[in-house]
Amino acid sequence: MNKRSTWALPYFIFLVLFVVLPLVMIVIYALQDGSGHFTLQNITKFFTDKDALSTFALSIEVAIENTLLCILIGYPAAYILADNKLNRSAVTVVLFILPMWINALMRTLATAELFNMAGVPLGKGTLLFGMCYDYLPFMIYPIYNQLKKMDKSYAEAAQDLGATPGQVFRKVTLPLSMPGVWSGVMMVFMPTVSTFAISEFLTNNKIKLFGTIIQENINNSMWNYGAALSLIMLLIIGITTVLQGNDQQEETSGGLI
Amino acid sequence: MKANRFFAKAYIWLLLIVLYAPIVFIVVFSFTEAKSLGNWTGFSTQLYQNLFNGSMQNSSGLLSAVKNTLLIALAASVVATILGTIAAIGIYHLHGRKRGVMTFLNNIPMINPDIITGVSLFLLFVFLGISQGYLTVILAHITFCTPYVVLNVMPKLRQMNPNIYEAALDLGATPAQALRKVLVPALRPGMVSGFILSFTMSLDDFAVTFFTRGTIGLDTLSTYIYADARKGGLTPELKPLMSILFLVILIVLLVINIRQSKQLSSIEKK
Repeated sequence: MNKRSTWALPYFIFLVLFVVLPLVMIVIYALQDGSGHFTLQNITKFFTDKDALSTFALSIEVAIENTLLCILIGYPAAYILADNKLNRSAVTVVLFILPMWINALMRTLATAELFNMAGVPLGKGTLLFGMCYDYLPFMIYPIYNQLKKMDKSYAEAAQDLGATPGQVFRKVTLPLSMPGVWSGVMMVFMPTVSTFAISEFLTNNKIKLFGTIIQENINNSMWNYGAALSLIMLLIIGITTVLQGNDQQEETSGGLI
Repeated sequence: MKANRFFAKAYIWLLLIVLYAPIVFIVVFSFTEAKSLGNWTGFSTQLYQNLFNGSMQNSSGLLSAVKNTLLIALAASVVATILGTIAAIGIYHLHGRKRGVMTFLNNIPMINPDIITGVSLFLLFVFLGISQGYLTVILAHITFCTPYVVLNVMPKLRQMNPNIYEAALDLGATPAQALRKVLVPALRPGMVSGFILSFTMSLDDFAVTFFTRGTIGLDTLSTYIYADARKGGLTPELKPLMSILFLVILIVLLVINIRQSKQLSSIEKK
């Protein structure tokens, strides 16, 4: 019976080789100069590089704004979709997930083109709108899932005990749906910080996000500095993951379709 | 309550209209000959004809990008499905700390943004001196697809009666037969959704491919579009191509989901 646990071994080796080792590579390259000697220069370079720092701050700002916007627009949508009284059709849910399957670059180009046609100048506003448009399904879906599997009797019990609909939402539904919101945040926040093509298209190269400077450094063979920038991003991911807590990870399984 | 339902419906449809506007925009402008998006010069199916008889400028570039995209997606998702299914069975039978470690490792590629996956693998290949091309792109795609296969197969393992596999062995089936005739049929729905998810994620990927494709001029649809847009001026035939892809995906997904919800409701009725 327990012999079948060895079936995990090939994947374990694969993960070590192609997930853990590459991350170790980021650390190694980040702490080396061009000729392979240990140095902290790449890290200190980032903290003294005004351009990189302001790009970093802007990326975090855009990511926070985008995440909030996605929650603000996406939560009501997820709530409506998950409510049996308001929505009976499963097809509407599919319609919301479907745009995720269209090439993101093509969608983004079309969005930028729509802005051009409408005469809206490309800049931070269009960047936010386009980002929100790209990532909204990733926010709606986990919240929808969480609300769908929530035990309705809690909300009913609160109602029976005299809570107003507002109180039921604030004290029962919202807290119970928070795991879904958190996975949505994870799926929106970091990808927003790290996108490069999308921000270039939506602002006509006027606004650079953090992903763009990583890409520029790597493509110009400045691997060590590029690795250092990636390392900083990795640290943020680590911190947000720890803050979120790992406890609900395993149960958030199930397909996206 | 009626008013509530009206506002809820209106909100959903408004969002859907906004969400689909760019896609509709591409489809509409695929039926005109103009080079740039948003420029209407009368109805025409010229772009579709160009696409199919190969008489467009730089047709070999776009067509080979489409071919590469499909081949890479197919290879990566087949391998990811096999690797992920075997891994899920293994992880399901692990306990305690070992299981925790595997779950943690399996989560990393899903949490990592594309650019980190791409850059880290790029550095690995550079470090090991592996020349980058098809193989490295496929490998990279397998790393970000497999965790989703594991996640999709896991619930099917939980639903399955664990004794059936033992019973098959007791009744004289070889492990290979038991695998083929008992495990795979029970896990098939999870494998199929893992496969479809992998395939579509691979199709849509840009950043990981961008960093792991090397310098041999390998292009997928995403990198082709990126290079094209940076040069200024998209290949006009991309519009009909995207429209056709969208239509195919729309039909496949709707069929799958309608079938699933029918199965679900028939189970509920029982």
